[in-house]
Amino acid sequence: MLPLWAVPEFLVKLQDDIYLNFIKENRWKYLVEGLGVTLRVTFFAVLIGIALGFLVAIIRSTHDKVGTVSTFTKFVLEVLNFVCNLYLTIIRGTPVVVQLLIIYFVIFGSVRIDKVLVAILAFGINSGAYVAEIVRGGIMSIDQGQFEAGRSLGFNYTQTMWYIIIPQTFKNVLPALGNEFIVLLKETSVAGYIALADLTKGGDIIRSQTFSAYPPLLAVAAIYLFMVIILSNLQKLLERRMRTSEK
Amino acid sequence: MKNSKEVVFDENKDPLIRVVDLKKQFKDLHALNGVSMDIYKGDVVFVVGPSGSGKSTFLRCLNRLEEPSGGEIFFEGVEITDRKVDINLHRQKMGMVFQQFNLFPHMTVMKNLTKAPMTLQHKSKAEAEAEAVKLLERVGLADRADAYPNQLSGGQKQRIAIVRALCMKPDVMLFDEPTSALDPEMVGEVLQVMRDLAEEKMTMVVVTHEMAFAREVANRIVFMADGQILETGTPDEFFNHPKTERLQAFLEKVL
Repeated sequence: MLPLWAVPEFLVKLQDDIYLNFIKENRWKYLVEGLGVTLRVTFFAVLIGIALGFLVAIIRSTHDKVGTVSTFTKFVLEVLNFVCNLYLTIIRGTPVVVQLLIIYFVIFGSVRIDKVLVAILAFGINSGAYVAEIVRGGIMSIDQGQFEAGRSLGFNYTQTMWYIIIPQTFKNVLPALGNEFIVLLKETSVAGYIALADLTKGGDIIRSQTFSAYPPLLAVAAIYLFMVIILSNLQKLLERRMRTSEK
Repeated sequence: MKNSKEVVFDENKDPLIRVVDLKKQFKDLHALNGVSMDIYKGDVVFVVGPSGSGKSTFLRCLNRLEEPSGGEIFFEGVEITDRKVDINLHRQKMGMVFQQFNLFPHMTVMKNLTKAPMTLQHKSKAEAEAEAVKLLERVGLADRADAYPNQLSGGQKQRIAIVRALCMKPDVMLFDEPTSALDPEMVGEVLQVMRDLAEEKMTMVVVTHEMAFAREVANRIVFMADGQILETGTPDEFFNHPKTERLQAFLEKVL
């Protein structure tokens, strides 16, 4: 038979751990404030990622698609395409932590700058490269006939892109974009490398103060998991709504 | 619609479209080897020929969806093969209907019809929709205005595609094998719309395999092979007195 005192002792230990790690000295604030930073960095990095990604994707697919244009336009497109390729190669060829460190210590090394801003820039620029390739694939997968139909009505290249190709692309790439942003949310956990107090860093600070590892770190993991589950469900909801035109 | 040069164009006298020695080359393939043709207002020109003869390429060059490699195209007196011309303006006056319909799947039927007139001709929503409804009624699809393209049958899609082009009030309609992607039972409804258009004296250039329809509706039939026009004539001349051997052989196969 189980000794009667065993259960209370386990509970008491748990209660002590929770008190020590979260209640005492208001340590829960590390997690809440860290969560705020993580969400802010992710949100604005997503915005930069989308803007940059679509821009690069449109430039690259325009370069691949456009056949006969004036020499000057062709030259401009070649230069832009080269810059885009360079960006994609560098960003996708180096670790995001290294990029973060370079932006903080090299590019902004001699200026005082908000670390949140640095993180937003670093993760936004990084994400843009991955979004660009997703979107370019999406643009290329739209039937050429859609493009021709737009042009035959008299829409110019930009209008055709904007009214006809991009909306369809957006719908097609939504699942892949959703995944990218879920990855981004988790990737921001390396922001601690520049001593930014995000969610992960918050948990780690608690651990270093209390010398008890599992409560803060499991709590951090649970919060990430919770956010990812919410984001996945939002994504599914959005996809279902955008599918109405395919009934 | 004017070029920098003063354009003298009398639609009752001058050809609406004049094609002079049109050439198109894809890498090693000569798709068009010098095609010349005048199309006048109210003409219903059918272009027929074996596959690979260049008839679709010819049609697609007319509004420069396919960029010609050589030769000139004049539309309403303006040389639209001139690089300095804003082709988008002229395309508004050339409606095009595709084999694969190419309706915009993310827009309702009504949006498909009104987007271009509202954006390019700055029509109000009410005006554009009123015109669209009128045309929809004529093709018997007024009740499908709020549907999405994927909810329509092939025949319905193609009728909507024709209406979409008509909403821009074009001066000429280009049809690129409009019934080739349709199930046989839906071909008739699309041909009926085209027949009505021809009766209203719409200028039409039609690439098709529907020989019986060509005989009935065309006022001129053009036979193309190997990127050239081999024979041109009225339906009677074309079907009853074909001059070239190529056309005789072709007609034997298709009739």
